Amino acid sequence: MKQPVVETSPHVSDEVRKTTCYMCACRCGINVHLKDGKVAYIEGNRDHPVNQGVLCAKGSAGIMQVNAPSRLRAPLKRVGPRGSGEFEEISWDEALKIATDWLAPVREKHPEKLAFFTGRDQSQSFTSFFAQNFGTPNYAAHGGFCSVNMAAGGIYTMGGAFWEFGQPDWDHTKLFVLFGVAEDHDSNPIKMGIGKIKGRGAKVIGVNPIRSGYNAVADDWFGITPGTDGLMILALVHELLKAGKIDLNYLADYTNAPVLVNAEEGPEKGLLMRDKDGKPLVIDRITGKPMAYDHPKVQPDLRGTLKKGKITHRAVFHHMIEKYLDPSYAADQVADRCGIPAHRIKALAAELARVAFEEEVVLDQPWTDFRGRKHHRMIGRPVSFHSMRGISAHANGFQTCRALHILQIILGSVEVPGGFRFKPPYPKPPEAHPKPHSKVTPGEPLDGPHLGFVHGPDDLAIDENNKAKRIDKAYTWDNPMSAHGLMHMVISNAHAGDPYKIDTLFMYMANMSWNSSMNTSGVMKMLTDQDDSGEYVIPRIIYSDAYSSEMVAYADLILPDTTYLERHDCISLLDRPICEADGAADAIRWPVIKPDRNVRGFQSVLCDLGARLGLPGFVNDDGTQKYEDYADYIVNHQRRPGVGPLSGWRGGANDGGTGRGDVNPDQMDRYIENGGFWVKHVPDAAKYFKPWNRDYQAWAVETGIYDAPQHYLFNIYSEPMRRFQLAAEGHGDRQPPDHLRTRIITKMDPLPIWYSTEEDNRADDYPVTALTQRPMAMYHSWGSQNAWLRQIHGENPLFVPTKIWNENGFKNGDYARVTSPHGYITVPVAHMAALNENTVWTWNAIGKRKGAWALGDAAPESTKGFLLNHLIHELLPTKGDGLRWSNSDPITGQAAWFDLKVRIEPVGAKQASEPAFPAIKSPVGHGPETLTWQIKKENV
Amino acid sequence: MHPAPSIIAFTTLSGLGFGLLVFLGLGLPMVSGITAFWFYLIAFVLSVSGLLSSLGHLGNPQRAWKAFSQWRTSWLSREGVLAVATLGVMGSFALGRVFELYYLPWLGWIGATLSFVTVFATSMIYAQLKTVPRWNHWTTPVQFMLFAMSGGALLGGQMNTGAGLATISAAFQILNWYMGDTRFKDRGHTQETATGLGDMGSVQMFEPPHTGTNYLLKEMVHQIGRKHSQKLRRIGVGLAILPLFLLVTPFSHALAGGLVLVHIAGVVVIRWLFFAEAEHVVGLYYGAHSRG
Amino acid sequence: MTSLPSSTDKKLGLVIDLDTCVGCHACVVSCKGWNTENYGAPLSDQDPYGEKPTGTFLNRIHSFAVTPKEGTTKLVHFPKSCLHCEDAPCVTVCPTGASYKRVEDGIVLVNESDCIGCGLCAWACPYGARELDAAEGVMKKCTLCVDRIYNENLPEIDREPACVRTCPSNARHFGDFADPLSNVSKLVEERGGIDLMPEQGTKPVNKYLPPRPKDETIDVLTPLLEPVAEEPNGFLAWLDKTLEKV
Ligand SMILES: Nc1nc2c(c(=O)[nH]1)N[C@H]1C(S)=C(S)[C@@H](COP(=O)(O)OP(=O)(O)OC[C@H]3O[C@@H](n4cnc5c(=O)[nH]c(N)nc54)[C@H](O)[C@@H]3O)O[C@H]1N2
Ligand SMILES: Nc1nc2c(c(=O)[nH]1)N[C@H]1C(S)=C(S)[C@@H](COP(=O)(O)OP(=O)(O)OC[C@H]3O[C@@H](n4cnc5c(=O)[nH]c(N)nc54)[C@H](O)[C@@H]3O)O[C@H]1N2
Ligand code: SF4
Ligand code: SF4
Ligand code: SF4
Ligand code: SF4
Ligand code: SF4
Ligand SMILES: [Mo]
Repeated sequence: MKQPVVETSPHVSDEVRKTTCYMCACRCGINVHLKDGKVAYIEGNRDHPVNQGVLCAKGSAGIMQVNAPSRLRAPLKRVGPRGSGEFEEISWDEALKIATDWLAPVREKHPEKLAFFTGRDQSQSFTSFFAQNFGTPNYAAHGGFCSVNMAAGGIYTMGGAFWEFGQPDWDHTKLFVLFGVAEDHDSNPIKMGIGKIKGRGAKVIGVNPIRSGYNAVADDWFGITPGTDGLMILALVHELLKAGKIDLNYLADYTNAPVLVNAEEGPEKGLLMRDKDGKPLVIDRITGKPMAYDHPKVQPDLRGTLKKGKITHRAVFHHMIEKYLDPSYAADQVADRCGIPAHRIKALAAELARVAFEEEVVLDQPWTDFRGRKHHRMIGRPVSFHSMRGISAHANGFQTCRALHILQIILGSVEVPGGFRFKPPYPKPPEAHPKPHSKVTPGEPLDGPHLGFVHGPDDLAIDENNKAKRIDKAYTWDNPMSAHGLMHMVISNAHAGDPYKIDTLFMYMANMSWNSSMNTSGVMKMLTDQDDSGEYVIPRIIYSDAYSSEMVAYADLILPDTTYLERHDCISLLDRPICEADGAADAIRWPVIKPDRNVRGFQSVLCDLGARLGLPGFVNDDGTQKYEDYADYIVNHQRRPGVGPLSGWRGGANDGGTGRGDVNPDQMDRYIENGGFWVKHVPDAAKYFKPWNRDYQAWAVETGIYDAPQHYLFNIYSEPMRRFQLAAEGHGDRQPPDHLRTRIITKMDPLPIWYSTEEDNRADDYPVTALTQRPMAMYHSWGSQNAWLRQIHGENPLFVPTKIWNENGFKNGDYARVTSPHGYITVPVAHMAALNENTVWTWNAIGKRKGAWALGDAAPESTKGFLLNHLIHELLPTKGDGLRWSNSDPITGQAAWFDLKVRIEPVGAKQASEPAFPAIKSPVGHGPETLTWQIKKENV
Repeated sequence: MHPAPSIIAFTTLSGLGFGLLVFLGLGLPMVSGITAFWFYLIAFVLSVSGLLSSLGHLGNPQRAWKAFSQWRTSWLSREGVLAVATLGVMGSFALGRVFELYYLPWLGWIGATLSFVTVFATSMIYAQLKTVPRWNHWTTPVQFMLFAMSGGALLGGQMNTGAGLATISAAFQILNWYMGDTRFKDRGHTQETATGLGDMGSVQMFEPPHTGTNYLLKEMVHQIGRKHSQKLRRIGVGLAILPLFLLVTPFSHALAGGLVLVHIAGVVVIRWLFFAEAEHVVGLYYGAHSRG
Repeated sequence: MTSLPSSTDKKLGLVIDLDTCVGCHACVVSCKGWNTENYGAPLSDQDPYGEKPTGTFLNRIHSFAVTPKEGTTKLVHFPKSCLHCEDAPCVTVCPTGASYKRVEDGIVLVNESDCIGCGLCAWACPYGARELDAAEGVMKKCTLCVDRIYNENLPEIDREPACVRTCPSNARHFGDFADPLSNVSKLVEERGGIDLMPEQGTKPVNKYLPPRPKDETIDVLTPLLEPVAEEPNGFLAWLDKTLEKV
């Protein structure tokens, strides 16, 4: 019987162009298949270090993004009131002229009156370069509300962090413990890693109130009570110490556990003891004498003590065991608070110990440490951890992150085979990072980079009256170690004119009037508030977006960006690169298709604007524009001699080069030929023990990551934190305001502690924690404009655990009123059994404002969909002490999204969520009725 | 299943049409000339309009002719072929009767048989589907034939036979419901077997694959309240069984005609339920028909 | 064409690992992308930017909560596409012959130019693996990427289904179940691969690997945690002893 003939070898595409995905910040390599110049199909690039061929749902839906009806089409000038969405399209010349006329006078008189903040910007080294040359101290990206606790906690403790800056040793690890992660930036690598581990039959443990996604496949689930991880981790530390299950050699050789702590009363108390060259001192086990930590002969003694006169100075390790052997940290003591039975906490500790010390991984690979000692093998403890916002987005997040790193460190599982590994440019000691700069000179550049790492009160960005120099009050006594700034405070501070009023708010890819703000309704009001003279309280707002987002409606001037397939970008080692533990890597985006709209890449626009403003670095000596566009900057800009935005093929090398070298005019072509990326592999002898590995340090210098070797010890004990404590105790001339002294003394303990944030959030009246999670198939607000993705997540119920479900007699289709100290929302509920019994949650950023994203006004995202953000305030509920404390980590200023406490009441079946806002007028109209997307035939 | 008007119309109308043709083929009533014309007109209008409305259910009706090709395996195909054959045979038989040219009883018998088998084929389109336990049973064809015959008889003026058949159909329908209500469970289709996760514990849907709806949900996961269906069942049977009066009351054309229409109305209601109440196993993947 | 081949030379299909699937929907979208551009009519979307967006997908990820007699509830992500059944009811019901099972590899396909869109095959499928495309009026289903797996215009290594190629956590495996030595046969052997709704008698080719047992806390290990000391001094004493050994 005849069987139809199928064309099994159809024409796939006319051409494949390889570039970098930007449907999220993971930055996978993609093959873009083109048919007569149009995008026909997108798949992962097999050669790419990040994704090795795989692609997530978002990446595969890119074709619906670059063709989304929500794309902005031309520069826009606001004609209606702010928030109305009424604009007129203008030319680029007019747009740039307006911007220049606004900004030039600001720079001449008071550069700080420009606040330039960017969202999940991947060109921070460039945007900050612009801000620095403009001369404003008010620059940061989104890190402050994102996960600065994780970054700062990691860098201050071990010179590298989770986030996408490190990874488990997927090939060797035997036990992987995941704390508080739904998705993270390393979207595909984590999935690939979990696949690998499971393939090997190794074990995955998930610590998370919610059992979905990664936690659903975890072999063991700890449904912990939100905000208590620090306590459980320190209980694990306690149990491991008590059982002597710690890596003594690792602690002695690679951490500051053996370093002596000054015990003498006075301004030095609690600081580390140093020799005359300022090198931390340890007691040598052989001679019993103090010696510099890095002396070739030294054998640091964890038991070290130094008697001077009456005073005995003891090594950090003494302080550590004193603290953590305290019975209050015993599993039985913390079990109830954490919602995890003591026997399970003990079992977890036991399993960590078993795998770490009885299943060690040994690689026959000699290496040399910084003391010059040769090791003939690499011995590893194959337990690895990863963690992200579940830990960091709490007001106790910084200390919890540090606690987790201490746990990794006592197990000897960082930078060893099977453990957690850094990705270049990390490891990098905190001292090797710049300090924050904030010195303003009208008409001149800032005195240095905005963001960095403080090491004591002297580095704070405050004036002699403790007044903040930055609009976001970063690096003040309120949050001294705010390494990423506090983007979530910018609008409310600017609105309050505290510390001062600004003239222009300039933002780039951050949906601040919606899902990226706390207190969303409040922010919309601040953006539209007028003073008595009828002037907007925030006088001017310039915004660059690529799509018709909620924020567009609140700006006065819109600079429409290209989509990710239409522009040049560079994912640079100067910024947030795409490195893997085994190699340094960077990548580009290039216009694989031409924009069909009057839009320009934002960075190219900055090259133009910078020149019009005559900013140093943006003009030649003769005053002409220095960089024609971003591509020109990427290739020709040099930060340090021989070091630029891209490391590949410098100095005309054909083999990819060392990473250093002169400008190569053909660099961009080399990248395109190579599939859009560059990798330089770490030599075998340098692959592990990187902070202490001579070969690695030499390789890093050769690669241009830094200019001299940067060996260092892990900071179990954080000296910079102690310096702030000392100030709060009254030492030194820079003194904190009195109302902050106790807080600084208690919270900035140089050894990690745990403290509850429940009282501050009125847990007594609001007993339930409300959380959000990233849906794997959606990226914040961008996903909803995507015809394919929005069918997967078009609305978001509030998931409710069985206990609360039954208590309230909920039925499918019911709605609940969810009340926080700040306000209430009314939202649909759904039952979830695999959930901590005092936690509710929903998918993040599904709710949309009517009229945004070119969606119909009845779109479920804007009727049923909702944001928790309305319940979260940037300030904590009043305490009656006359002060409003900010809802962030007292050390870093990290926004405490996940401290949100609520109460829940049933309201029966309903049709739509509340609050509902009036529709904004879509500047781009609405999408088509039907999609039959096929390049093969004509598109509909 | 989604009670699509097109298929409800298709099954009921063609059922009645072919039902009537059965009786006409058997010469019950033995009519000719203008009376025959009217009877045959009704029969053909019913069956043809039924068949046509079935096209309304197609995504590409212009290719409908291709449906005749697979009679070896497909009941839907067979139904098509048989229907056309029936219409042909009965058409030529009717010609002879209406214009009083010829009378070939055997042709009538063949036509009657074909009509009967056509209705059987129609019913098998549904009865064959293992995925819909309520349908997948010998009672389905029997039920279809019974209603076709009762309707046919009544339309053919065979009032007593009709009334009798109507009563039997209705009674059988009640039995059929009784048996059908538990069949889904009896066949052991559960979320556990659907997912193969039964060994781990009891299975409940957590999130649907898409928050938006899809073809499967619209087409196959139609759910109807128990109260609602019970009410409709009573109405359906009530109407369908009414011709019983004919046996007890003195004959009048008006009443007869009225009761025939009432019976048909009942059949339509019952046919609506036939689809609306049918549970497709795919519902198990979408949280439907789970215990409790 | 609607009679099933008595046997097929190969039995191509997928193994889906429920222990590893994190429910990311990557396979759903890459499938949508490839099949919108390739085999037959595009997979259309209705009201794509409006109130009730719906569209044709050949692969969807369900998720189920599984609650044991005692112990915690588990959550299982559950991908579902055509299982390319050996005894495919969807094929035999088709009146036009548009639906058929290929003799050479067992792939079940719809020949769209013959399909009248009656929907009966979708009714006959227990697994919801067929969707009638609202724009084209023809039946759509997983083609097992028949236009990739043999495609000479693709590099050898890419001749596998789009969903398999893209799955980040390697939860999808493609191969020939007729060959006992194939990767898929081995996986099914080792991990006890199962059929969905066996009672329907469809003999699915695709197999599912059940999740491994979870939450088996290992109290047996606690002896490992024998305290060496309860308080700092005792601990230092222990430390002295241990360090002498080193
Ligand atoms: N409740 C709750 N709120 C949260 C969080 C949470 O967990 N819970 N998470 C917080 C965190 S960590 C973050 S990072 C923020 C993220 O929040 P945002 O940073 O606001 O993220 P998006 O809204 O996705 O993107 C911001 C804007 O970038 C625009 N955009 C997209 N592509 C381009 C482009 O190519 N060029 C330009 N110029 N613009 C583009 C989008 O259209 C969008 O308007 O949300 C925060 N908000
Ligand atoms: N698909 C997709 N990927 C993304 C993004 C996206 O929008 N979509 N956004 C990107 C961005 S900007 C960021 S910052 C990262 C963030 O990536 P994640 O760190 O995964 O951030 P969330 O999705 O907020 O997930 C937070 C997780 O922590 C858990 N959690 C909350 N509180 C606690 C707690 O107290 N203890 C523990 N143990 N767990 C807790 C929550 O249940 C949730 O699973 O993702 C990035 N990647
Ligand atoms: S994870 Fe997905 S969205 Fe993010 S870059 Fe990679 S493919 Fe693109
Ligand atoms: S899964 Fe459904 S569509 Fe696929 S072969 Fe089996 S019955 Fe047919
Ligand atoms: S819908 Fe198409 S393929 Fe399916 S049964 Fe009807 S004709 Fe055959
Ligand atoms: S095999 Fe191809 S058609 Fe089938 S689900 Fe995977 S991608 Fe889709
Ligand atoms: S891509 Fe893989 S992990 Fe993601 S949903 Fe599909 S099968 Fe599961
Ligand atoms: Mo973020």
